[in-house]
Amino acid sequence: MQDKNEKFGAHQDLVEGIAEDLGRGVSRRSVLQAMLASGILATTAGGLLTTASNAYAQTPRRGGRIKVAVQSGSNADTLDPAKGATTVDYMRAYTFYNGLTTLDTKLAPQMSLAASFASEDAKLWIVKLRKDVRFHDGKPFTSADVVYSLLRHKKPETASKVRAVAEQFEEVKANGPDEVQIRLVAPNADLPAILGTYHFCIVRDGTTDFSTANGTGPFKCKEFRPGVRTIAVRNEEYWKPGLPYLDEIESFSIPDEGARINALLSGDVDLINPVNPRSAARITEASGVNLMASNTGNYTNLILRDDLGPVQNPDFVLAMKYLLDRQQINKVAYRGYGTIGNDQPIAPNHRYYFDGLPQRPHDPDKAKFHLQKSGMAGKTVPIVASIAATGSVDVAQLMQLSAQQIGLKLDIKQMPADGYWSNHWFKHPISFGNINPRPTADLMFTLFFKSDANWNESGWKNEQFDQLLLAARGETDDAKRKKLYGDMQVLVHEKGGIGIPQFNVSLDGYSSRLKGYSEHPLGGLMGYMYAEQVWLDA
Amino acid sequence: MNSTLARLVVKRLGSGALTLLIVSLVVFTITALLPGDAAQALLGQEATPETVAALRAQFGLDQPAYFRYFQWLGGLLIGDPGTSLANGMAVADLIGGRLPNTLKLAAIAALVAVPLALTIGILSAMFRGSLFDRTMNTAAVAAVSVPEFLIASLAVLLFAVHLQWLPALSHVSEINSFSDFLRAYTMPVLTLCCGLVAQMARMTRAAVIDQLSSPYVEMAMLKGARPIRVVLTHALPNAVGPIANAVALSLSYLLGGVIIVESIFHYPGIATLMLDAVATRDMPLVQACAMLFCLGYMMLVLVADVSAIVSNPRLRK
Repeated sequence: MQDKNEKFGAHQDLVEGIAEDLGRGVSRRSVLQAMLASGILATTAGGLLTTASNAYAQTPRRGGRIKVAVQSGSNADTLDPAKGATTVDYMRAYTFYNGLTTLDTKLAPQMSLAASFASEDAKLWIVKLRKDVRFHDGKPFTSADVVYSLLRHKKPETASKVRAVAEQFEEVKANGPDEVQIRLVAPNADLPAILGTYHFCIVRDGTTDFSTANGTGPFKCKEFRPGVRTIAVRNEEYWKPGLPYLDEIESFSIPDEGARINALLSGDVDLINPVNPRSAARITEASGVNLMASNTGNYTNLILRDDLGPVQNPDFVLAMKYLLDRQQINKVAYRGYGTIGNDQPIAPNHRYYFDGLPQRPHDPDKAKFHLQKSGMAGKTVPIVASIAATGSVDVAQLMQLSAQQIGLKLDIKQMPADGYWSNHWFKHPISFGNINPRPTADLMFTLFFKSDANWNESGWKNEQFDQLLLAARGETDDAKRKKLYGDMQVLVHEKGGIGIPQFNVSLDGYSSRLKGYSEHPLGGLMGYMYAEQVWLDA
Repeated sequence: MNSTLARLVVKRLGSGALTLLIVSLVVFTITALLPGDAAQALLGQEATPETVAALRAQFGLDQPAYFRYFQWLGGLLIGDPGTSLANGMAVADLIGGRLPNTLKLAAIAALVAVPLALTIGILSAMFRGSLFDRTMNTAAVAAVSVPEFLIASLAVLLFAVHLQWLPALSHVSEINSFSDFLRAYTMPVLTLCCGLVAQMARMTRAAVIDQLSSPYVEMAMLKGARPIRVVLTHALPNAVGPIANAVALSLSYLLGGVIIVESIFHYPGIATLMLDAVATRDMPLVQACAMLFCLGYMMLVLVADVSAIVSNPRLRK
């Protein structure tokens, strides 16, 4: 790879090689066509290159067992991908199941159980399936499993976490054993990415009992006891050749952070998540263990309800946004871990991030000016924070200090984590939320900013924004889409009632014997997908 | 003596059943007062009116509260505590998987703590005011005052992280030999014993000293009995009542109150199960655990009272 042409050539070969691999039974050309049609090729190639170079850097070794300790985990643990609610549920989903696609480090979809996705109008999709895949119980994977897995999200009794997303499936039907046709209510070019998320993992046709997992994934479920532990053993007939490397993974929860870190330091477990930024030094200073900081799209946000109390005044909203001292918040509340946010929800490592948007600074003078204009100077305003929204109590305290300087009293009301999401989250004029990254820009905006969204935290209503959102969703030209998403980021930044001081990192601690470990924007534990990819050094 | 005991036991069992019924009502009412229900807790941030309503209907939470209470009570009477709302597994299976672990930990802690506490308590009472007594007293106050989580964390830091003698977690499912057993139980039992021994030893000391100052002990000493005999055969039988009660109280704590030890050492006991159940508003499980703790407590107190009567000649009329 010395000059540009040669580099381009190598790049082409690689893409074609992968396409060949993907296309067993489908021609290479049709895969490429399908990828072009859904506008995912441009980002895909970059993603494949990074994965490839990581994989060749070290030679993986087969065998060995590891123990993994996470924070969440209770008797509500589940093996049903539709119900998954916590880190440990997501991690189990990717250990035992596969999705039709998988999300790479740019959150662009790559083919997994699907061999190709094709659509002319982003409304009618033809999904070709792999033919060489078997479930853990030996039954071959077919279109019936896909139809069942996708349609069950629409049934109320499934209590699926993504029922709202699944409402857009107008029809899902099999065209023969290895082809599925999905008709959407309205065009959505993101379908391949949406189907790569953990909730849409594929289960066997007719499954209703989730006391064990029968998937197509890299590991089989040997033991599952909610709130106690899960043991996964290698699926010897896994359809990805050579994978996974590990023989066995035991996972359980240690809710207490100190105990979790101690277990890693004493060598009782090989991987832990999460690590609080305050405790990061315990791991970076120890030998034999490493810290992995994943830049995720997760953020803790200041919610200013447009329809309640003083917040109805746009000047007050602006004053509060200028009051956020982002550098200080990053340094004090998050110990320097994280990337500075700009009051819009798309993180800098996202493929649709708009980098032309000027950063809103901490500006006490402007904050004071807008505060006086809003007539709230000298008043006392309550601000609701909770440890449920990570770091929000610290952020509220920092804001309280900055507010004093411009003549505003913030009265911090700290609420318990228990019941915070149902009773306090965006129920007050000023409160905090914590939003987990969604894999697509469309989902972020649809779930949290669309005028009629259930979780429209600030009660934001903007017709122009809603139109842009629909236009972007059906747009199959990637460059045009990026432009539309850019416009939406500008709108939210300028007019929204949300303050996003920073994007958080997810910190994992892991034994230095564990190799192949990398970061993923979806979250810690390599976007919950570590099981298939890591190996133990001898 | 037999009729007194029999009457006491029968009376206790009768009032115990009534107590259990009242406890079940109270627990049911209080958990119903908690903000949110199982459907909301399970959906968390993702709760929308439609998904919550669907899940409520699935769990039967849309039925009136009194109906749910009697349905549950009826199930319990025929030996079926229902199914967990959080994961759809039978409550009996969930508890059955954890209860043996809790009982094992409680039994081992009791086996270590009770003899140790009694010995320390009796010796301090006999040598009241001596250096031994004062040292033990100070140590006991210190041990009771230091919170369990600190003792546990310090023990892990010292024995697991720095010295690496013991594992930081208690791997109870991997016990194949006596040394595995020691490795799994040493730190949890050590942590639990700190507080337990101190409390029981102080109660024992107080009870024995109380007796040692009474006239009949003076009489025994005047007739020339050796101090050890005075304490063991004269004073101690009269002190058994309060001591047994102190022991029963401490042991009932071991049945359901060892949340911190369970979570720090990742010990799969019943206390964390109940804590989870409260967090997820898993009513059937909360109810079943509460009833179990209540039952255990009452049985222990009953045993304490019976042993006080049996050991004391004056009560055995």
